[in-house]
Amino acid sequence: MGKRVGMEVSIAAAEVVGLCDVDVIAAYPITPQTHIVEHLSELVADGHLDAEFVPVESEHSAMSTCVGAAAAGARTFTSTSSQGYALMAEICYIASSLRLPIVMAVANRALSAPINIWNDHSDMMMARDTGWIQTVAENGQEVVDLLLHAYRVAEDPRVLLPVMVNLDGFTLTHMIEPIWLPDKDEVQRYLPPYKPQIRLDPRNPMTFGPVGMPEVYTEAKKAQDEAMNGALPVIVEAWQEFEKQFGRSYHPVETYKTEGAEILLLTVGSVSETAMTAVDKMRAQGRNVGLVRLRLWRPFPAKELVNVLKTAKAVAVVDRAMAFSTRSGPLCTEVKAALYDHGVSPYVQNYIAGLGGRDVTVEDFEMMAAKTSDGLAKGLPMGYEIVNVRE
Amino acid sequence: MGIAAEALKDFKGFNPKKLPEVEPLSPGHRACQGCGEILALRQVLKALGENVIVASATGCMEIVTSPFPQTAWRVPWIHVAFENAAAVISGVESAYKALNRKGRINQPDVVFLAYGGDGGTADIGLQALSGALERGHNFIYVCLDNEAYMNTGIQRSSSTPYGAMTTTSPPGKKSIGQRTWKKNVAYIAAAHGIPYVATASPAFALDLMNKVKKAAMIPGPAYLHIYSPCPTGWRHETDLAIEVARLAVQSKVFPLYEVIDGKWILSRKIAKPKPVSEYFKVQRRFRHLTEKDIEEIQRRVDEEYEELLRRCAMSGEPEKKEAEEAKED
Repeated sequence: MGKRVGMEVSIAAAEVVGLCDVDVIAAYPITPQTHIVEHLSELVADGHLDAEFVPVESEHSAMSTCVGAAAAGARTFTSTSSQGYALMAEICYIASSLRLPIVMAVANRALSAPINIWNDHSDMMMARDTGWIQTVAENGQEVVDLLLHAYRVAEDPRVLLPVMVNLDGFTLTHMIEPIWLPDKDEVQRYLPPYKPQIRLDPRNPMTFGPVGMPEVYTEAKKAQDEAMNGALPVIVEAWQEFEKQFGRSYHPVETYKTEGAEILLLTVGSVSETAMTAVDKMRAQGRNVGLVRLRLWRPFPAKELVNVLKTAKAVAVVDRAMAFSTRSGPLCTEVKAALYDHGVSPYVQNYIAGLGGRDVTVEDFEMMAAKTSDGLAKGLPMGYEIVNVRE
Repeated sequence: MGIAAEALKDFKGFNPKKLPEVEPLSPGHRACQGCGEILALRQVLKALGENVIVASATGCMEIVTSPFPQTAWRVPWIHVAFENAAAVISGVESAYKALNRKGRINQPDVVFLAYGGDGGTADIGLQALSGALERGHNFIYVCLDNEAYMNTGIQRSSSTPYGAMTTTSPPGKKSIGQRTWKKNVAYIAAAHGIPYVATASPAFALDLMNKVKKAAMIPGPAYLHIYSPCPTGWRHETDLAIEVARLAVQSKVFPLYEVIDGKWILSRKIAKPKPVSEYFKVQRRFRHLTEKDIEEIQRRVDEEYEELLRRCAMSGEPEKKEAEEAKED
């Protein structure tokens, strides 16, 4: 049986990766991801985890080492943040195109400049087109659960794509929370041993990563697109199996007090818990506000999202990164596209909040809901606002 | 006795009369006519045999051997990117270590080879190479040095020799061509204190293959810097690759040596060196140089060779004479 422990979320993340019996961990330190790989290195050093810990000289090499190890048939793990992600991004594209089931935890952090080590979603958003499956945790328990889920999905022969588990830097990575940690038997029941279908093996030589001429490149990308879209039902199925075994349920799009709500807040990540408190407060005041949380960022669950947004009159989309787009953050751009595709057109207001570690408070969410409601009533143009900017 | 010397106790060289028949790198690839690099790579693979996994950097040898759906590789081969062959092979080697230890596979004798051109080694890949050497993975890194970015159209690299013409180091009224002296990656590799470093040339095939075999026998990282003539980029006749490679050695431009457990050993002493001008003459990339330029280059080539001799003398290892070596080749 597993146990309930009080534990820093990063330590719990490392513990569950250890329970997944990874074979190769490649690691380069970057704040605020460091505690995850530090603890993994301890597990290896103390003999609790039989794995190769490869202390590489850069994040670029961390992902390259994971690619080599995964291609050789090993279960692999790495973790990064922000600038580190930016450095490894080149190889992230290749990891997904080579269909290697690597799992990576991204401790979400702002990108330079100005240099800033605190939390926002700039790295997660930069990673959105790399062909990785991306899930997002709201608390420590979810980090543990989603990492376990990540290996199960990545290694499913119907998927074979790398998975990124996003957790907010500091606000999650450095928090001590009560966490239910599964034991080895439970993990093994959920996660079968990794059996690669093909691997780098002199007894059965294969060429990995050949040149793709114009006649084949498009087809290769189409195959990848199909794999990504085809992953959605497998991701859901793996969550259903998870719920059966562990009792905790996950969905691509999750809702909180959305019944009959006219105004919906849409959030991603740990800030959702603050938003829940705000919703509780507003509901108590008789305001018809609900919350939608995006659990799965890639593949983008457009249909599921539109299904919950379509009954609302207005949606306040809370982005935690910039896109320099059509007056819209990266999440909101995608949400609007999904709504348009499905012929649904609620009033959408976009808020860019919590950049570079700026707090997003209960009052902020109340303000966003109120402004959205006001904009809807007055017929103000849809657009976006960077909240709490000191002018 | 050092790690390498211990591993090489019972070393037997290839027999010139009976070379391995195995061709892990098959014919039918798309290298340019007269390519010296593919010859060198073929010799490397023949020496290693078939129990090998290869990681390739982006470059000529990657492009010409793997246009999907064709492949020239009869052994497992992976290409990921330009600058990370050493990091990729680190992962492959680590995976084999873990999987063997955990009993999930039983393949303890696989050889791990990473190779790249001079751009992927001396420039963009130097960091990943240094990291992998420093971490001590059991692998061989081969730099196939054709002295420029040939795959993208002959642009200069830090391994392009002083004075050479490339498309980004063109000679002109205010330029001699390449303005910097060739970066010495073999010395850089040796400075990592790894058990085995060597230079080799496809013109001395047995020497090259024996060095590859040694690199495979020695545990830990091994670095081989292999001179790889490029008729397209160097503007020499397509039947002259081996001749050019031989002249580079005979003129002391590219001396052959080994560094075993930190001991420097000259592979062949050049008793009667040919002038650098003779080596330059067969290539059009140097034809703009004046006699004075060539004199200056000759002076520096001589100096560097003397420096190499000093290193070898300090290591106290016997030098092979040219004549003895010639018999072997």
